[in-house]
Amino acid sequence: MKTKHTYSFFILAILLLLCFVVNISLGSVSIPFSEVIASIFGNSNNESWQYIIQDYRLPKAFTAILVGSGLGISGLLMQTLFRNPLAGPFVLGISSGASLGVALVILGSGLFGGIFASLLISKWSIVIAASLGSFLVLLAVLLVSSKVRDTMAILIIGLMFGSITAAIVSVLSYFSSAEQLQQYIFWGFGSLGNLSWNELFIFFGIYLLGILLAIFSIKALNTFLLGENYAKSLGLDVKTSRFIIIISTSLLAGTITAFAGPIAFIGLAIPHMTRQIFNTSNHKILLPAVFLFGAIVMLICDSIAQLPSSDYTLPINAITSLIGAPVVVWLLVRQRKMVF
Amino acid sequence: MTKSSKHTILKTKHLSIGYKIKKGTFVIADNINLELKQGELIGLVGANGIGKSTLLRTLATIQEPLDGRIEINDILIENHTALDLAKTMSLVLTEQLMSKNLSVFELVALGRQPYTNWVGNLSEEDVSAVKKAIEHTNLTDLKHRKCFELSDGQLQKVMIARALAQDTDLIILDEPTTHLDMYHKAYILKLLQRLAKDTNKTILFSSHEIDLAIQLCDTMIVMTKDKVVSDSPCHLIEQGVFETLFPKDLIGFDKTTGSFRVKK
Repeated sequence: MKTKHTYSFFILAILLLLCFVVNISLGSVSIPFSEVIASIFGNSNNESWQYIIQDYRLPKAFTAILVGSGLGISGLLMQTLFRNPLAGPFVLGISSGASLGVALVILGSGLFGGIFASLLISKWSIVIAASLGSFLVLLAVLLVSSKVRDTMAILIIGLMFGSITAAIVSVLSYFSSAEQLQQYIFWGFGSLGNLSWNELFIFFGIYLLGILLAIFSIKALNTFLLGENYAKSLGLDVKTSRFIIIISTSLLAGTITAFAGPIAFIGLAIPHMTRQIFNTSNHKILLPAVFLFGAIVMLICDSIAQLPSSDYTLPINAITSLIGAPVVVWLLVRQRKMVF
Repeated sequence: MTKSSKHTILKTKHLSIGYKIKKGTFVIADNINLELKQGELIGLVGANGIGKSTLLRTLATIQEPLDGRIEINDILIENHTALDLAKTMSLVLTEQLMSKNLSVFELVALGRQPYTNWVGNLSEEDVSAVKKAIEHTNLTDLKHRKCFELSDGQLQKVMIARALAQDTDLIILDEPTTHLDMYHKAYILKLLQRLAKDTNKTILFSSHEIDLAIQLCDTMIVMTKDKVVSDSPCHLIEQGVFETLFPKDLIGFDKTTGSFRVKK
């Protein structure tokens, strides 16, 4: 049993490395493989190649790894906590909160007008608005969840918050100019390639905190597999554990949405793919497996999205669903039943 | 050893159970005085909706009592820490497991959670406790099977093994025999009887199998609308307590066989 999983982990780790190398080798400018490797270590003679690899492709590949693994893990946490295979990192309204923040900045900037508007729409203001938006929605969900005992009720409340924010975004769009709408839609496509190393470090810091909280919750997550009453009878502080799991999810999903846009599908699908392949619900195995698997899938999607050796880059948000959805369908059909 | 010299695991005094509603309380049963002794098998019987589950849920601290006190090992239940309580009392509930995609061994091992470290790794002691629980419940052959592959009866045994692995003085089971056929009903209750004897644990279960419980239990708790009585099955029969369990129009209790008969 143990050796079987070790084997799978070994293969996944090799795959991750492979996808990483392939990902940074591909792009609109074709660079010979030996030069790619040399550029990583700063030994390339071609300055522009070195610049492309070090300041564009490497941070983009790392962003893909953080986004894929982070969304996958937050999806896993939500599915276990809410005992619902349809749950994803965004069910708590985290993504809608981020969208609302961004919509207020982009679409609402017209209301302020003039120089102030152009000041508002910088990249950092979008990141801050998205973080603030998701944080505020989360805060509301947490406040409600301390009053409501039923986990399912929290799920519904999260969805309601999502509806409210979506409605506000609709109203804002109605009063916006075409240009503003376009900018907002572009943000909604998601993007991995916009981060500088400095931004990446901040991103990584918050991500790491979320991941550590998730690792700290492994035992609680396994106890939740029995249901909340059993969890309580095993001496687990259900309320605190639930709180930590929700915080972990929102740190992960919130920052990812802030820095890379609302990336759909990965959070919902990766845990399912991993369960089908590893055939277990044990989080000690699932958590690292989801981490590796999410990173791999995101790297592959990103490699496809940039349409190698062309000047076009497709929206990453479309690619994740286009590639991912058939895979999930295929896995479910092949196994003939859903493993949950 | 005489019965009275045995250690009392759980004691209730003037316990009142029910629900808190907007205006005041909804009392289901009150003035419940029980004493559960070490190594005893105790059956809780009563008609549907009389409050068996409410009583068990209250004893298991899933629900708060309205009034009165519950003592476990002579300490008030609210003075036990959660972890402390988890090492004293384990549960087998009627609720469905959220995930059955765990092997029998993994599921039973979850019973060791109060003893394991922060990430839940099993020590040698934990592994041997899990193995012992699996042997006690005759599950050794199914050890590596997934829980979704098991029948209802097998799954019930796994849940009992999980409670055993938790290594507590008291095991509380809420209707462990529902959905089982006649043979497996007898099998599960017989298993509980053997476990109480072999492991010296106190086992409290609720059930509708009154005739089986009469044959197997050391003590029975009978819940009726008016009161909650607890005594040995023989005494309860002599006092005619079972006759008061149900309305008398359809079935009657036969003292000689210790079972209910349909009236002709």
